[in-house]
Amino acid sequence: MSVPVLEMKKISKSFYGTQVLDNINLTVNEGEIHCLVGENGAGKSTLMNILFGMSVITDTGGYEGDILINGSKVAFNSPKAAIGAGIGMVHQEFMLLPGFTVAENIKLNREDTKPNPFSKIFGKKLETLNRKKMSADTRSALDKLGMNIDEWVTVAGLPVGYLQFVEIAREIDKENLQLLVLDEPTAVLTESEAKQFLEVVQKLARTGISILFITHRLDEVMAVADNITILKDGELVSSGPTESYTIAQMAELMVGRKVETSGRIGNVKSEKANEAVLEIRDLRVDMPGERLRGIDLDVYKGEILGIGGLAGHGKIALANGIMGLYASQGQVRYEGMDVPLNNPREALNLGLAFVSEDRRGVGLVLEDSIANNIVLTSMQTQNEFLKPGPLKLKDQKRIMAHALESIERFDIRCTGPEQIVRRLSGGNQQKVCIARAFTQNPKLFFVSEPTRGIDVGAKSRVLELIVELNRMGVTVVITSSELAELRSISDRIAIIYEGKLSGILAPDAPDVEYGLLMAGKSLEEVGIGERATN
Amino acid sequence: MNQIKRIISKNAVPILFAIVCLLGVYYAQMPGQFLFMEIIKRMARNSFLVLSLIIPVVAGMGLNFGIVLGALAGQIALILSTHWEWSGIGGLGLTALLATPMAVLFGVLAGMVLNKAKGREMITGMVMGFFANGVYQFIFLFLVGTVIPFDNAALRISTSPGLRNTVNLSRLRGVLDNIWTVQYGFTKIPIVTFLVIALLAIAIWAFFKTKLGQDFRAVGQDRHIAGVAGIQTDRNRILAIVFSTVLAAWGQIIFLQNIGTLNTYNSHEQVGTFAIAALLIGGASVTKATIGQALMGTFLFHLLFVVSPSAGQAIFGSAQVGEYFRVFVAYGIIAISLALHAWRSKSLAKASMEEDVSA
Ligand SMILES: Nc1ncnc2c1ncn2[C@@H]1O[C@H](COP(=O)(O)OP(=O)(O)OP(=O)(O)O)[C@@H](O)[C@H]1O
Ligand SMILES: [Mg+2]
Repeated sequence: MSVPVLEMKKISKSFYGTQVLDNINLTVNEGEIHCLVGENGAGKSTLMNILFGMSVITDTGGYEGDILINGSKVAFNSPKAAIGAGIGMVHQEFMLLPGFTVAENIKLNREDTKPNPFSKIFGKKLETLNRKKMSADTRSALDKLGMNIDEWVTVAGLPVGYLQFVEIAREIDKENLQLLVLDEPTAVLTESEAKQFLEVVQKLARTGISILFITHRLDEVMAVADNITILKDGELVSSGPTESYTIAQMAELMVGRKVETSGRIGNVKSEKANEAVLEIRDLRVDMPGERLRGIDLDVYKGEILGIGGLAGHGKIALANGIMGLYASQGQVRYEGMDVPLNNPREALNLGLAFVSEDRRGVGLVLEDSIANNIVLTSMQTQNEFLKPGPLKLKDQKRIMAHALESIERFDIRCTGPEQIVRRLSGGNQQKVCIARAFTQNPKLFFVSEPTRGIDVGAKSRVLELIVELNRMGVTVVITSSELAELRSISDRIAIIYEGKLSGILAPDAPDVEYGLLMAGKSLEEVGIGERATN
Repeated sequence: MNQIKRIISKNAVPILFAIVCLLGVYYAQMPGQFLFMEIIKRMARNSFLVLSLIIPVVAGMGLNFGIVLGALAGQIALILSTHWEWSGIGGLGLTALLATPMAVLFGVLAGMVLNKAKGREMITGMVMGFFANGVYQFIFLFLVGTVIPFDNAALRISTSPGLRNTVNLSRLRGVLDNIWTVQYGFTKIPIVTFLVIALLAIAIWAFFKTKLGQDFRAVGQDRHIAGVAGIQTDRNRILAIVFSTVLAAWGQIIFLQNIGTLNTYNSHEQVGTFAIAALLIGGASVTKATIGQALMGTFLFHLLFVVSPSAGQAIFGSAQVGEYFRVFVAYGIIAISLALHAWRSKSLAKASMEEDVSA
């Protein structure tokens, strides 16, 4: 056999005295798809950051062990060096410049240029950008992914699913690419997008590019991986060809206990009073790529309402519109009061809370502690966690106590409530976000993609907590691309199609009915009747 | 209708100042000819300096108060050129050439300091300006003539250490402006100077279409992401400051050849604040500046400068009030935009929260 494209030997890493990787070995051959799985905080991103020469690693004392590319030893001290060696990486957080266009982002630091009189004297750096060529390359990369967005549209404001494809387009546009690291690329994609994405990945692998793929969706692993490496608490617990694992075994190895992967979490509730707390009338939301074109919907008191639908049809715009984050029109009444649109502050003051689907802009203050992040919103909108008196001093004791409780409750893997959020793994940052929304004691809770980026073990935990919150009387509107997730906790599920309500189904309605609504067919039309509607 | 609203709200600052200027022009009752002459003179003098501020803004380093360092490089070159009795346009070119390596050196040093003070570039730049001024004063007020032997009657009074307060730049006065002028009424329009300014504007515009310009823009948007894409952010930041400093040195030379005398210890003092005020009045901000804003701002700022004493005289019966007003405006606009910037970056965390999660 030929030399492996990548060999990582005895890699160890500690951050500020905490060991997060211990003697990890990893080998990837040409054209191989190698999946890396493990719980939130297991060390997957850290391992990949080491490979890519990221500054989080070099600035924190580097790592131990050896990395070999095509058999020769390397030690990248910057992403530039790694890129030069043909390594590409789609990071767990987005790495796109919001003010740049799609083409500028895809070509970032790899711009095509043409010489001009000055560049002949002063060097290549002063060559003029060749926008035509950049445009053409970008177009062909986007076309390969089946994306039809304009290459000169500014990235800011595009839906997260699009952003992910732009990131991938950037990588596949690299000519010298031989190893592509994908850190949870599918987390922000819907099932259909993810499927399309995986096909692209397999196609790439067939051209000889090696893929290192991190995901929490174990069915994806089974579908595409040639080999699997499982990490747990920074140690390699198992590694081998995909055939030798089942999903259940993988999950058990990751988490260290048996994991229930499916089944209904919320008990199907006895008839709830059909009393609308939130009345939505003709709501239109101008969210690029996810436009909502006039929707009427009632949310009943005390229910869990699921919002589903395919990507690009507007399901995520509902919560974003009501919370005032994207320009909207229409009427929204909450407990009989008008919710002023386009005004996030007012929405919060009314007791609505929102966990956004946008992981990058989740609004965490990355340089602040877990504790402060968890209480921030409550402190600002409800004057909670303050000492009595006019000075509004923080009540540190209560904040700490509450933070400790949240850490326990949401299983946030950290060194303590004082830890800075930037130093948490992606999934654990996500948990902090959810903990913060819970802390608001909301009356109506919007949550979008709550388990995105969260490992199999913690996933059901998060869903259970949402159900628990609901049992305490909180109305929940959950938006998710994972139908199974919606069906496991919702009382009713509204399906959005082309910006309009396609229908409402019971969680136990047959799959065909979901399929029909998502395809824009009404149930009456195909003769299924209106059993579950409304 | 909406479009008009958008344009107005986007350009609120220049529009506001245009109105103030119009009022000033109205009350000042100045003859149009005189006003035109003053504006032409001042635009020719100052535009280059204001344009030198654009690059660092785009590179994400804010308003470069450090252009004072560039101005100092220009002045040192002028002092030496006076000493060596360089003259004519060739002498001016030589002076600019002489200033360049000094400005590059100052720029590199300043850039390195600013890289150690990321996120606090503006205050650091300001302090650096004061510091450099101190060193400059120490050298030319004290060392020259004592430690550094320097004998030249045009530059020194032999009985006391240090350079003269004012140095007559007679050999270089107007040498650029007067190459080719076009008479319009009383006004001699210095065509070549304006051509130089136009050339710089085009150069800056073209620069942002190059690879290096694109790198600056990327670093300005997000250092971390640019770095992950393999762009050497620190190096680019230093380069941006070097460019700005060199341009400021040349700008100061153009400014002083127009004035004709060098106030050894004062000429550079307000270079930073006035140029920055002009840029801001044109509608630029700490994070965004364009060539159009620089030129528009220079025009409005200096129009205000010209009319405020007479307007003050007409309205309040005292020219002094007008004088105060223009200084007040210069510092006021800087204070406001810095405060706005601080407030914005602070509320960014809040806003992004309001924006997404819950809060
Ligand atoms: N910059 C940092 N400073 C200190 N500790 C860090 C830093 N980055 C990560 N860690 C710690 O290293 C451990 C591994 O984190 P890593 O991001 O590699 O996890 P992960 O496997 O990618 O998890 P996830 O699935 O949630 O993304 C975690 O305990 C995390 O808290
Ligand atoms: Mg990770």
